[in-house]
Amino acid sequence: MSFNKQLKNILTGGIALLLAMGTFSGCSSSNSKAGDDGAAEQVYVPPGKHDEFYSFMSGGWTGNVSVYGIPSGRHLYTIPVFSQDPTDGYGYTEETKALLNTSHGSVPWGDTHHVEPSKTDGLYDGRWIFVNDRNTPRLARINLKSFRTDETIEIPNTAGNHAASFTSSNSEYVSAMSEYSIPLDKPLGNGTDVPIDSYAKNFKGMCTMVKVDQKTGQMSVDFQIELPPFDYDLGRFGLGVSKDWIFYTDYNSEKAHTMLEANASQNDKDFVLAINWKKAAKIAHQGKGKVVSTEYYHNIVDPKTNWAKSEIKQKVRVLQPSELKGAIYFMPGPKSPHGINVSPSGEYISIGGKLSSTVTVYSLDNMKKAIANNDVSETIDGIPVLDFKNVEDEQVKKAGLGPLHVEYDGKGYGYNSAFISSEVVKWSLKTGKVVDRHPTYYSIGHLTVPGGDTRKPYGKYLIGLNKITKDRYLPTGPEMFAGEQLFDITGDRMKLLLDFPVEGEPHNATELPASLIDTNQVKYYDLDKNQNPYVTRKEADAKVVRKGHRVDVYMTAIRSHFVPDNIEGIKVGDEVHFHVTNLEQEWDIPHGFALMGMQNSGILIMPGETRSIVWKPKKKGVYPFYCTDFCSALHQEMQGYVRVSPSNSKVKIAYGTNKEL
Amino acid sequence: MLSIISWGCSSSSKESNNNQSAQAASAQASSSGLTSFQQENGIGPIKKEVKVGKLDQKLANKGKNIFESKCSSCHQLGKRYVGPDLKEVTSRRTPAYIMNMIMNPSGMTHKHPEARKLLAKFATQMADMNVSKDQARAIVEYFRSVNPDTKN
Repeated sequence: MSFNKQLKNILTGGIALLLAMGTFSGCSSSNSKAGDDGAAEQVYVPPGKHDEFYSFMSGGWTGNVSVYGIPSGRHLYTIPVFSQDPTDGYGYTEETKALLNTSHGSVPWGDTHHVEPSKTDGLYDGRWIFVNDRNTPRLARINLKSFRTDETIEIPNTAGNHAASFTSSNSEYVSAMSEYSIPLDKPLGNGTDVPIDSYAKNFKGMCTMVKVDQKTGQMSVDFQIELPPFDYDLGRFGLGVSKDWIFYTDYNSEKAHTMLEANASQNDKDFVLAINWKKAAKIAHQGKGKVVSTEYYHNIVDPKTNWAKSEIKQKVRVLQPSELKGAIYFMPGPKSPHGINVSPSGEYISIGGKLSSTVTVYSLDNMKKAIANNDVSETIDGIPVLDFKNVEDEQVKKAGLGPLHVEYDGKGYGYNSAFISSEVVKWSLKTGKVVDRHPTYYSIGHLTVPGGDTRKPYGKYLIGLNKITKDRYLPTGPEMFAGEQLFDITGDRMKLLLDFPVEGEPHNATELPASLIDTNQVKYYDLDKNQNPYVTRKEADAKVVRKGHRVDVYMTAIRSHFVPDNIEGIKVGDEVHFHVTNLEQEWDIPHGFALMGMQNSGILIMPGETRSIVWKPKKKGVYPFYCTDFCSALHQEMQGYVRVSPSNSKVKIAYGTNKEL
Repeated sequence: MLSIISWGCSSSSKESNNNQSAQAASAQASSSGLTSFQQENGIGPIKKEVKVGKLDQKLANKGKNIFESKCSSCHQLGKRYVGPDLKEVTSRRTPAYIMNMIMNPSGMTHKHPEARKLLAKFATQMADMNVSKDQARAIVEYFRSVNPDTKN
């Protein structure tokens, strides 16, 4: 079915809006007056009541994931993922620092882009959130019972891991993909030292399928597919009828390696890459392709000890497209496309034509027909290119300037963000006809409808993730939090409800109903089951042990004292490992541990848990330490001293609480 | 953290309508809000009187171990520490009261006038150490075993 002919030109004023972008005061004067029309009531969550949805937003260059309540926009929590966080010592403690290990060493920051919930049968199941680091190619898995990062895995042979962390209908696989092609040794291995202008000849793109263990969530690199050196930008797994496929957009089919802004926009068309991952996996599991040497880190938290361990992997299976007959195709797409999104039924695949004003919609039916009829116009590096006319279904014209991403409401409508004209455009999936549009403030990137990438979107709300904040809030110097906007999409017209500022620069967000998550929360860790090798289960077992220059302090914390709280016999040059066990067994009673001059981080220890932090005293003296989390009326009194003597001192190890040493 | 809430409550209970304040207010206003069973035996999972008989030394030994790992951070026998001296607690309180105090410490300090007085005196909210009913009963037996007044 083709609806091209049914398209009507609808006056959009896109150009006028583009001009308005230049003068932001113009935009604010046309600001919707949220509040006049019941909007305030729609977002009001009374004190003590909870929001309807959790929203997980990637923080971009914060390297972490932030959690908000919808519709209130309340900031609920920030989950450290790729960046160290002194709030709780994430990435600093002995238990968590392995999560940041990579083949480049410890990389204590990241650039998170796409947050994707685990799915069962194409619907969210509330188990995990997957998120990518674009810069140092990695994926992470967040446990939604604890809101903690349980696992990170490096993606080998890859750079610019942007089209990543998308999940298949049953979370069988999470995708990773190169945006920046890199030269790879033959056989594949570590980075290759070649002239940059040999790009077209030596550089390669790489698609990676990361398998997810259905019981534990544990990730493993299953196989990779070597690709021509285009920039693969975004991707989505299919749903329903297309669930065996994954689709990616790419730009730079020109294979430019410098001044891409101009040189990667020369061709009239770029491509959509379609891979039947199920077929590809079958071929890989038959032993096709080559197992090559490489090096990448896999870091995972042991749930018994809550301690992350690293494993260095040295092999990966790489397939060539020519080995994937019937499982990999290019489809010509709009010039320099950006987002790609699959409709709830899985029938339609929408592509944002970043440099145009159209959203192009492919139909799976057409694609399958073109494959069956062998409508192939050419072959690029072993990948057949399907004839454009035969796969395209419709074009949403007047989709605003710079359409980037599409989300669906489950009622037959698509909503695309338009970056340049700064608006959300609503159109019918059936006719391609634009039915509504609403300005955003300013320059919207991603947009999200709760459940918008599942078989059954929850609809109700749409959140615009704006890239530019300007005058929306009280100014905070040259940099400001990004501003998100909540819309009600239950009616024919979109209604702006709320602006709310968020940490970092979210590139993408996902919303899960609170009921999928809130009743499963870990409230404290059972002290009896704590198998951290340095646990101290009762105060009587607290001790300080010297072995050469290493001193292990087995310490307990409970409202409101440490045992031991007086420690002597530490010397300059020692490496002191504090292992603090929080003896509490009650929700929201963490204790903190901070010591004067500590060079790495203070820590927070959750009830029943043990956390370890290393201190290397450089000068003699007496160093106070204290609890950083206000725990009781006698919290101020929760303090102690460590005496540090010169390296040649004869002071013996001595320790205790409420006794003279 | 909880103790801070309760301090706050005692000064602002009249104007606040949050749950804990309301509970605190009712406990403060009049202890007649409690049934006579609750006044005697506390508030919590133990809703019936707990009868004790001849001292069960085996159970007391079990209780000793639990006391040492879960309670001794704050309680000593024979002197005040973070919390009250518990050597003769079985002379002051019924077994059910002790068990409710162990299993529902913040409920007790919010609602029971006696527990509330102790919170004011010691200033630190007693911690909920996730002690089971059987464990709490064993701790009671241990307290009986260390109390010179216990009649065998």
